[in-house]
Amino acid sequence: MKKKRQRAGFYFVLPWLIGLCVFTALPMVAAVYISMTDWDIVGNADFVGLKNYITLFSTAEFVRSLWVTVRYAVIAVPLIIATSMTIAVLVSKNYRGAGVFRVIYYMPAIVSGVAVAIVFKWILDPSYGLLNGILSFFHIQGPDWLYDPNWVLPSYLIMAVWGAGGGLLTYLAALKDIPEELYGAAMIDGAGTFQKVWYITVPLMTPIIFYNLVLGIIGAFRKFTDAYVLGGAGKEGNFYMVYLYEEAFAHYRMGYATALAWVLFAIILLLTFVVNWTKKYWVYSE
Amino acid sequence: MKKRRNFEINFSIVRRVMWYVISIAGSCIMLLPFLWMVSTSFKMENEIFTVPISWLPQQITFQNYTRALEVVPIFTCMLNTVIIAVPKILGEVFVSALVAFGFARFEFKGRNAMFMIMLATMMLPYEVTMIPTFMAWSALGFADSYVPLTLPAFCGSASYIFFLKMYFETVPRDYEEAAWIDGASNLRVFRMVFLPLAKPALITICLWSFMGTWNDLLGQLIYIDSQSKYTVQLALASFSSMTGETLWGPLMAASFMALIPVIVLLLYAQKYFMEGVKMGGIKG
Repeated sequence: MKKKRQRAGFYFVLPWLIGLCVFTALPMVAAVYISMTDWDIVGNADFVGLKNYITLFSTAEFVRSLWVTVRYAVIAVPLIIATSMTIAVLVSKNYRGAGVFRVIYYMPAIVSGVAVAIVFKWILDPSYGLLNGILSFFHIQGPDWLYDPNWVLPSYLIMAVWGAGGGLLTYLAALKDIPEELYGAAMIDGAGTFQKVWYITVPLMTPIIFYNLVLGIIGAFRKFTDAYVLGGAGKEGNFYMVYLYEEAFAHYRMGYATALAWVLFAIILLLTFVVNWTKKYWVYSE
Repeated sequence: MKKRRNFEINFSIVRRVMWYVISIAGSCIMLLPFLWMVSTSFKMENEIFTVPISWLPQQITFQNYTRALEVVPIFTCMLNTVIIAVPKILGEVFVSALVAFGFARFEFKGRNAMFMIMLATMMLPYEVTMIPTFMAWSALGFADSYVPLTLPAFCGSASYIFFLKMYFETVPRDYEEAAWIDGASNLRVFRMVFLPLAKPALITICLWSFMGTWNDLLGQLIYIDSQSKYTVQLALASFSSMTGETLWGPLMAASFMALIPVIVLLLYAQKYFMEGVKMGGIKG
């Protein structure tokens, strides 16, 4: 009887198992094959072996979109982590009104998508935008932002920092777990606020920083919506996923685009392993 | 001794004031884009393009809203998003709960291996399976329909299953023992014991699932072609190409309308958004 009951569990997980086969395993196998063909939807799919992968690395467009994405990731990910951690430390205080501030900073996690990207495009407008308008109050001539290839990356970074509060919750949860006695002990030893943050908070937060680092890298490499809406001069806003999307659904180069997807997967996997390997050097464990 | 006490009290007041100053300044930066959006949306066209910028509209006009609604039927598009979201949420949340129950409370063959595989699929980028899945749906005649955006939800979602499994495991065994001894069926135990207990977690997941659908651009961009089926995101993304030039006033009006439901939801259900992470530690 008990055994029979235990077996029933299989039927509960069956929907997921079907999904795994139909929507994950099967498409993955197909993706391996498609990436080795020259399929463009209308014509026949001819097997071309590794040609797509070879073409890819010698295509200037690919190299540029990867470079745009890597540069963004290298700067944005640490910037976002530092910002959301600072915000978390700030709003973790139990002063009156802290709850309201928490919701305000957390907002970008919920309020996002195309609308917010459009609003930022308008804010960054060189002539009539809010940002250059504010800068002109201080007699600073603002740059052309998205219209100047050199200022495209900073434009995206401004948006990234604005949205950093969206990752607030994991840090808040981790902050709550830090034992209060540690701060008490530090205070007796005469530690100041910054010393307490640097020697107690930061080390004890490293596991959650690690978690957000991995997710942040993945998120940066998969950046799509903002980049699709904002673009940027000199193709500097042509992030990897935008390039992939255009190859697949504007130029219908399905084989090539699938090869691009596999390369993206490989990059993400590799970076995750590398970050995971560094874990033992800086992540605190009990 | 007394003097030192006074100093400490003053110091804590200074700290508190500083905290408020910093928090309020940061909040202003957070809210400024939205205020600027709203302000622009009520301005006359000649006031939108002024140097120096004008903070508030001199004369409030609704012409940007009427113009925006002429370009895209934003309310119909919102309804379209809801039409996708409702079955998607139902499938994703209910099926994920069923699967999570299976993983949390039964010891069938291969359970642990399956669970590990499920965790691994969470790392797998959607991009790899995106193109083959798209081609399969097209071949089956489901391109330009909502089916590819909703049907897969009925297989559950790995991150929600993971989240709910953690939640179900915190339910003490005694709760269901009695029911099982009484001969209740598994489904009945699931329905009478686990679903009611997991209500806050289920609501959190419903909200994540809804936000995921409301803010998703890539999936909808790939599958939906005809304008009559456009969702909010597609309507906004295609706005400028429909007008031929960038009309900032109407565009801000459209963006504002698209954000209102989300902002209302955040304010109304903030408790569930903010508590969610404590239960499972992950975000879908």
